[in-house]
Amino acid sequence: MSTHVRLPLPKPLRELFHPPATPGVLGVFGHLDATVEAIHKLRAGGHTGFTVYSPIPRHELEDALDQPVSPVRMFTLVGGIAGCAVGAWLTLWMSHDWPLVVGGKPIGAIPPYVVIMFEMTILFGALSTILGIVFNAVFAARRLGTIAWDPRFTNDKFGVFVPSGADTAASVESLLKGAGAEEVRRG
Amino acid sequence: MAEPSRSGVTYDYVTRTIARTLGAPARGYFLLLGAAVFLLAIGIVTLLYLLRYGLGLAGYSHPVYWAVFITCFVFWVGIAHSGTLISAILFLFRSGWRTAVYRTAEAMTVFAVMTAGLFPLIHIGRQWYFYWLVPYPNERGLWPNFKSPLIWDEFAIGTYFTVSTVFLIMGLIPDVAAVRDLATGWRKKLYTLTSLGWTGTNEQWRHYTRGYLYLAALATPLVLSVHSVVSWDFAMAIVPGWHATIFAPYFVAGAIYSGVAMVITLLVPIRRLFHLEELVTHHHFENLAKLCLLTGSIVGYAYVCEYFIAWYSGNPNERAAFWYRAFGPYWWASWTMIICNAFLPLLLWFKSVRTNLTALFVISIFVNIGMWFERYVIIVVSLAGEPYAPWANAVYNPTWADWGIMAGSFGWFFMWFLLFVKNFPAVSISEVKEVLAPPRRQAARSGRGAGGGGQHA
Repeated sequence: MSTHVRLPLPKPLRELFHPPATPGVLGVFGHLDATVEAIHKLRAGGHTGFTVYSPIPRHELEDALDQPVSPVRMFTLVGGIAGCAVGAWLTLWMSHDWPLVVGGKPIGAIPPYVVIMFEMTILFGALSTILGIVFNAVFAARRLGTIAWDPRFTNDKFGVFVPSGADTAASVESLLKGAGAEEVRRG
Repeated sequence: MAEPSRSGVTYDYVTRTIARTLGAPARGYFLLLGAAVFLLAIGIVTLLYLLRYGLGLAGYSHPVYWAVFITCFVFWVGIAHSGTLISAILFLFRSGWRTAVYRTAEAMTVFAVMTAGLFPLIHIGRQWYFYWLVPYPNERGLWPNFKSPLIWDEFAIGTYFTVSTVFLIMGLIPDVAAVRDLATGWRKKLYTLTSLGWTGTNEQWRHYTRGYLYLAALATPLVLSVHSVVSWDFAMAIVPGWHATIFAPYFVAGAIYSGVAMVITLLVPIRRLFHLEELVTHHHFENLAKLCLLTGSIVGYAYVCEYFIAWYSGNPNERAAFWYRAFGPYWWASWTMIICNAFLPLLLWFKSVRTNLTALFVISIFVNIGMWFERYVIIVVSLAGEPYAPWANAVYNPTWADWGIMAGSFGWFFMWFLLFVKNFPAVSISEVKEVLAPPRRQAARSGRGAGGGGQHA
């Protein structure tokens, strides 16, 4: 039921954005608590690497999945520090490269340069945060492979995709149904 | 939870109601868009005249060389501020009510900064040398003077535009994905491209929610810094009426004040045109009105403070400047500013006014007018009545070129805004859902979700 519009991409990008398909079972859930129950059952059954779809972020899902904190924060931190350093370098080096006394102040005057350092901290921090989100999301998608999905997941349905071969698919199907899935299919 | 009465609103209702706003536009929409483009055309023609014949066409006369263009610049930067306040600061404060209004406010921010950024370029006269402002290695071995607040301003506005744009785009991604999955035809292609492959997996949400939090945390000090830096364009100079330590907080409060007023001005018609009465309720407008009341009171206090300090300082030049402001040839501008900004919004103390959309709309327009005049009074009147140089005093009169460019800026802003609201979700889909009770099997028993209300109340 995938209704993705495929965009023509050059080969290396196509491989990055459309990784090979992963076989598995997709459960569609109408209720949040049923989805949480399915996650708990899957984890108890030793399943890892399954994917949960939701139209909005919910703490119940986060708690059930118990994932580590996103590494995006390191991108923000490093970007912010780098921006501050660039701001300091830009102002101080350029002032000394063209040493013109303004208003009787020192050539490298720190207080006015704090403004530039501050703005560059924010600019670099924000842009590297975006890069962090993109990198992490793209590489996570690449790790998961192309997996089954349903367009209702951006509207009002929750979903759980469990990668599984022909041998385990039947047990996963009954597990998802038992947790309260409205619809289960192999993808 | 913002309102218990919204328990009947489901996720599906939210998606479909907001996706419906993106359908084929009505005739009224094209009339509005046509009016905006017409205003923009006036601005473009005026700009061509300015390019051909120079800045002398504007009403500049010694000692007033910062006038309507800089007034408009500060006005539009100010309009931008409430968007970031609502989208970032209220996000960090976990204000649930912001979800229904923040997208409009954020889009307004981006387009207002786009508008504001044009004015320094028009004001420099020779637009084709604008890149001289940028620090780049050149054959003269020159660098910009980083001790000048004008260069701080360039960095502040550049950063603000970039960060508010990526913040808007970030917020849009899950919503564009939601409308993508309902759309057909060329819109499907547009949204497939602009949703960047969003499917709502836990990995995507994990990085997205963290990143969004940090973007909000970065945007919060940024929004406070930008208008502080704009105020230092004036406060760092020794012109009486400009040289005041109160300027940074005074400008920030004024910026948020005018911005919230503009959000009300934009949201009242959008709500009616797009039939969003269920999602954007009187409760949201009342909260916006309260923000107006708070920031308007700070602005009113700043007016009192300015006059008091001018008197209390004992400095004859300060006293002369403020006497000129209130009773000089520009008395009408000063009193328009004081009445529109400090007195009229006192009506918002009454709940009946705060919940009356017509009254709010009218008040918000007066606040917009008042805030434009505030910048006019600070910039033009302070320069015209400069007591240091009484021989040079001149009465400045804006010309058709000033008004033409100003009309063009309104056209430019409204054109982008109208194009945005018809092509991208003007109300956040995923965040409105976040403040709703999630669908649960035992929903009927408890009435609403346990997790939904507490955090976003």
